[in-house]
Order: sequence, then structure tokens, then C-alpha cells
Amino acid sequence: MFDRILPYILAGISVGGQYALIAVGYTMVYGILRLINFAHGDIFTAAGFFMVYLTASLPMAVSIPLVIVLTVALGFLLERAAYKPLRTAPRMSVMISAIGASYLLQNLMWYITGGLAKQYPVLPWLGDNVQIFSASTKVVTIVTPILTILLVIALVMLIRYTKIGMAMRAVSHDFETSQLMGIRINSVISMTFVIGSGLAAVGSMLYFTNYSTVTPTVGAMPGLKAFVAAVFGGIGSIPGAVIGAFIIGICENLIKAAGYTAFSDAFTFALLIVVLLFKPTGLFGEKTAEKV
Amino acid sequence: MSLLYIKDLKVSYGGIEAIKGISLNVEKGEIVTLIGANGAGKSTTLRAISGLVPLKEGTITYDGQVISGQTPQKIVSEGIGMVPEGRRVFPNLTVLENLKIGAYLRKDDLTPDIEHVYQLFPRLKERSWQMAGTLSGGEQQMLAVGRAMMMRPKLLMMDEPSLGLAPLVIRDIFRIIETLHEEGITILLVEQNANAALRIADSAYVLETGSITMHGTGHELLENPKVKEAYLGKSRKDD
Repeated sequence: MFDRILPYILAGISVGGQYALIAVGYTMVYGILRLINFAHGDIFTAAGFFMVYLTASLPMAVSIPLVIVLTVALGFLLERAAYKPLRTAPRMSVMISAIGASYLLQNLMWYITGGLAKQYPVLPWLGDNVQIFSASTKVVTIVTPILTILLVIALVMLIRYTKIGMAMRAVSHDFETSQLMGIRINSVISMTFVIGSGLAAVGSMLYFTNYSTVTPTVGAMPGLKAFVAAVFGGIGSIPGAVIGAFIIGICENLIKAAGYTAFSDAFTFALLIVVLLFKPTGLFGEKTAEKV
Repeated sequence: MSLLYIKDLKVSYGGIEAIKGISLNVEKGEIVTLIGANGAGKSTTLRAISGLVPLKEGTITYDGQVISGQTPQKIVSEGIGMVPEGRRVFPNLTVLENLKIGAYLRKDDLTPDIEHVYQLFPRLKERSWQMAGTLSGGEQQMLAVGRAMMMRPKLLMMDEPSLGLAPLVIRDIFRIIETLHEEGITILLVEQNANAALRIADSAYVLETGSITMHGTGHELLENPKVKEAYLGKSRKDD
């Protein structure tokens, strides 16, 4: 029994970690802008394509950092082009701009790649096989949760103990008063997109080690699931997003283990509906008592 | 010497003119108060000075240099601090962090300033590690004042610091304003509590629906029958 389930649990933890790295981007941006960055999944996809094209002509040791840099730059540009001009606009406008940005990126990728699936390069070491108890799996399965947790701890420390982290918390609460403190809110917002995109880039490297082909819409599903994870954990909360992501990753794979593979995606979205119905603030979401 | 000089300031929100061309002058070292009813444009004036709302017309000169049109960051860095209306402390930051964020633009050692604030407000020291959202209204107001002091402002603007506080706490707040004044900080105070504000003010302006209708020293306005009737809750017969 254990032998049969173990590979699924391992896969669940691994995919959960990948969702977590994406989910942090959703939840951080929401925390500051109260915006669901619909283009975040496409940033993740773009990171995949960056790797495909970069490794075609550059060695791996150069490509990996370069992918992160390019993805971060893309996230930064996205915010400057699609969200910053709408800073004082109603929230719905920004939301629509986010949907537009998502389609723009997707179509741009269709245009550039011709819509053909591209083979993701095999990352050294991550793709190697390893034996854990009775299960044979790839190194990436082990690396993902560890790396995810380390990155998230680093991020939480950054937010809790540094000056920029303090500014982030302040801006997430009150734009105007933050400005009165001399904080440049635009820099702080850019910073959240930079961090979110950087984590999505790392997530994409881990994800595509298992899924090997990149298409322009490949980011949609993991993006959506990471979004569900963020909502499940309580959007705006980083630990919540991470825990939500691991729960979703593991549950999905347990459902596969039970033989209902066809329902594993449905489970995630059913979970979203249930959460929204019964606990809209999620596991760790802030309770908003709005004073009138 | 004039520290802040506003000339013909006009501000409008969505086509409605909230400030209809006011001029006022704040001398260095003075307490200047701006009194008026709700919606007279008092807060808008302060928001215009701190760069939060754009001016339609007019100029704001601070320390000999035009600051209108600058970003709030730039204006703060010039030494204009603000205690915003409704206190607006960051409830999700600790008391200490709220003080530190007040000095966001400073890069030097903050310890003496934090000590100084704690000395003025011992209650804040006791609650240093508490989230600011858990403080009482009066404590939050003290924190908002302390936070503004952290950037060592030359000019401190205070927007209705007594709003919603108990009378005893209001007395504390006004005592603090006088202490800050003695420390050499110039103060521009916006108040609905006209009585208390005029008592400590060197100079005072009355703002009515976007225009300045009266100007004088604090004492002059305290004695002014129109002010008495409209803002001090005394009718002329009482005298």
C-alpha cells in the first residue's frame, strides 16, 4: 500500500512546491495592489520559452541566471506598462488590463514560436533519477520542496526584517500614508513584481523538468492552480499560499493514486468553489472588518 | 522669516473647487492654525502642501523654494512632516516599526530619536512591540505624532489631532504640540476644536467653503464675536 502511494505523495509534494512558487507571486501582488495578476501564469510560460531559446545558443550555467533576469525584467515591464498607468483607476479597470496583458503575452508567444510545442532542455542533475525507499523519481522531486521552503523563508525574513519589507507591509495597507513617509510606492510595487516573477522563473525550471514541452498556453493550468492555492491559503498571505499549494499538489496526486486521474483538476476547482462559499478569506486570510 | 508661504492656491476635485484661491503665511517657529467647519477645505489645504493632491493654480513656497508640483517624497525630504487626519498609523506594523518607517528617508542612526519619542510618550515605549492596530485612539494619535517627528521635520502639519479623542487625551495632545513648538518645530495645525487651537496659536486663519474669511493672531480670533458665534459655541448674548 505504502509502496504504491509513495510515488504519488512525492509527486504531490514536488508539484505543490512548484505551485507554491507561482502562488507567492499572486498573493504578494494581491497583498499590495488588491489585484489578481492574471498575466502571472504567462510570465511563468515565458520563463519556459526563455530557457528554450537561451540554451539553444548559450551554456546552461549562463542560461539559468539569464532566464531569471529576463523573467524578472518581463514582470517589471508588465507592471509598468499594464498596471502603473491605472494606479488611480477603479479596480475593475486594472483587472481587465490584467486579462488583456495575459492574452497579449500568450499571443506574443504564439507569434514568436509559431504555436509549436518546444522541447524544454534537460537541466543537469535535476533530471537524474534517484531512489527513495521503494520509489524511483527524479532529483527535482526532492529539490523542489526544499528549494521552495528555503526561498519562502528567505522571502518572509525579507518582509519581516528589512527596510524594504517594512515598506512593503506599509504600502500594502495604506498608499497615501506610505507616501507621506517618503516611500516611493512605485518602487515597492515593482519590487513585488520582481520577486514574484523571479520565483515564477525558478518554479518554471522545476516544473518543466517534469513536463518537458513548452507551449504558449502551458502556464494556464499551473497558473490557475497556483491562484486557487493562493485563495485557499488566504490571498495576501505568503505562508497561506505555500501551504495551500502543497495541499493542492498532494491532494491532486492522491486522487490520481486512487485511480481518478480525470478528476484531479476538477478537485482543485471544486475546492476553490467550496472555499469561496464557506471561508472566503481562506486559511490564513486577513479578516477585513471595514469600518464605515 | 517665512517658512511656508501659500499664494492664491486653488484645488479642485472632479470639477468642484474645494479651495478657491487662498493665501497664507507660516512664520518660522510659529504655531499657525487653520480652523473651519467640516468640508471647508482644511484637510485639502494640507494635502496640497504635502503633494498628495495636485494644485489647479497657485504656488507653495517652503524655505525660499517652490515646492508645489513636487512628489510627496520630495516634499517630505525637505522637512515637512504630516500627522494625517484619522491618525493613519500602520496597524499591521509594530509601534517601533511605525516610528522607524517615519524615518524612512533617513540613513543615520535613529536611536536618539526613538528615545526622544519614547521620552515624550512613555506609553509608546511600554507598547513598543505591540501592533499599532491594538493601541487606543489616543495612543495611536501619539504614535502618529511620534512617527512624524522621526523625520525631524522643520514644519509639522497636523490634521485634526484631537478628533475622536477623550477630553483628557485632547489636553495631552495640545500639551505635546506646545512641547514640539518649544523644541523649535514650526506647526501648522488644522482643527475643528477651535477653542483649544486658537489658545496656543500665534496666528490663525478661518477657512469657509474654500476661502479664507478671517485672519489674525490666535487671541484676536478668540475674542472675535463672529468666530465666537460660529466656532466657539458661544452666542453674542453670553458676553
